[in-house]
Amino acid sequence: MDLSLIVIVVIVTALAFDFTNGFHDTANAMATSIATGALRPKVAVTIAGILNLVGAFLSVEVARTISSGLVDETRISPVVIFAGLVGAILWNLLTWLLGLPSSSSHALFGGLIGATLVAAGTGAVNFGAVLTKVILPAVISPLLAGLVALLGTYLAYRITQRGEDGTVKGGFKVGQIVSASMVALAHGTNDAQKTMGVITLTLITAGVLAPDSGPPFWVVLSAGLAIALGTYIGGWRIIRTLGKRVSEIQTPQGFAAETSAATVILASSHLGFSLSTTQVATGAIFGAGAGRRLASVQWGVAGQMAVAWLLTLPAAAVVGAVAAWVASTGTVGTVVVAIALVASAAGIYAASRRNPITAHNVNDVPAPVPATTNA
Amino acid sequence: MTVAWGSLFVVCLVSLAVGVTIVVLASFALVGLSARQRAAVGGPHDGAPTLSAGAGTAIAGVCLLAIAAIVAYGLSIIIA
Repeated sequence: MDLSLIVIVVIVTALAFDFTNGFHDTANAMATSIATGALRPKVAVTIAGILNLVGAFLSVEVARTISSGLVDETRISPVVIFAGLVGAILWNLLTWLLGLPSSSSHALFGGLIGATLVAAGTGAVNFGAVLTKVILPAVISPLLAGLVALLGTYLAYRITQRGEDGTVKGGFKVGQIVSASMVALAHGTNDAQKTMGVITLTLITAGVLAPDSGPPFWVVLSAGLAIALGTYIGGWRIIRTLGKRVSEIQTPQGFAAETSAATVILASSHLGFSLSTTQVATGAIFGAGAGRRLASVQWGVAGQMAVAWLLTLPAAAVVGAVAAWVASTGTVGTVVVAIALVASAAGIYAASRRNPITAHNVNDVPAPVPATTNA
Repeated sequence: MTVAWGSLFVVCLVSLAVGVTIVVLASFALVGLSARQRAAVGGPHDGAPTLSAGAGTAIAGVCLLAIAAIVAYGLSIIIA
């Protein structure tokens, strides 16, 4: 196998993106379980990490259709994919610093679209596919998940009113462990494959793999390990936002939210709709918050998230476009982009250390926190 | 550009039905299990028919089996 330098750089960058995808999305499956105490923080991220790895091996369907026809694959080079990944990683890190659960998929799509626009022009981007595959699901899926969780939460409280308190609380705790695990597994089958798809696409454009081939075993393994490791490290800032800052979540709500998220993700991926697990999980948590009477939902936090969601694709696209413009000037340009990426990542990490959030203090929030808190 | 409104509608309907059903089944299972802890669920004078420990356990068993079946089907969808 003869790999040129740029292909190796793309593979490493793709795995780095996969890692950020993992710790960005730990919260999707585990935020409410950690908030209600159904699982201890470290146990929760370990389970999520393992199930993400398992999920990566279960199916390769999503990997085969990675770019989903968003961009014309015949007109992009490994450099374009590299630039797109840079945009996606930087946006993921920035939203993590702010504790905002934004969609890693949208960041990836945005980065690729921006880089493709610069490198190959508007003709290489299929805007119809952007509407049907990205924007439409982004609007509908969180609302749907929220509605399911709201109804589920309301009924759960109505029905268990007559139950014995300890049994009900304990029962929903056990239920939460199962439902959270389902979300983690569904996440592994979806998100680990996006990176596999990117790497496979790169290998195809570089002529290493034949067109239409599936991901080789080492790609599946490395992508699965990267996302599992990221998940295990845990994006504690986002876990705190979803578990504590949205609403004070109790075990029946956590169970309803996770069940809703798992059902929506599985139903839509079974019927061929790609959606963002982040947006589904977030919508479900808001629904669960609203479904309990007297529970207060911090709608200001929802507003912050909505802004982050709207910005995700265009922001990642802008970074991807700039990166593509610089990187396309040649090897020096590519090196400059790589150095800029590493420097920015180090800077964001350094900024996060000033106010570290870890497994130990993730639940220590004087709730309910006013939505206007400066993070 | 075509939007598969039909499948989209199915996704919404299935998610709503299955998601809510699982939560409701779990809730009933827990009410059933509660009967094992105390003879009269919700106090002796709540006007509702009293649930015996045996009946409660049976209800819980049926509900939990139904959930297990749905989860197993969900897993088979992921793996397939």
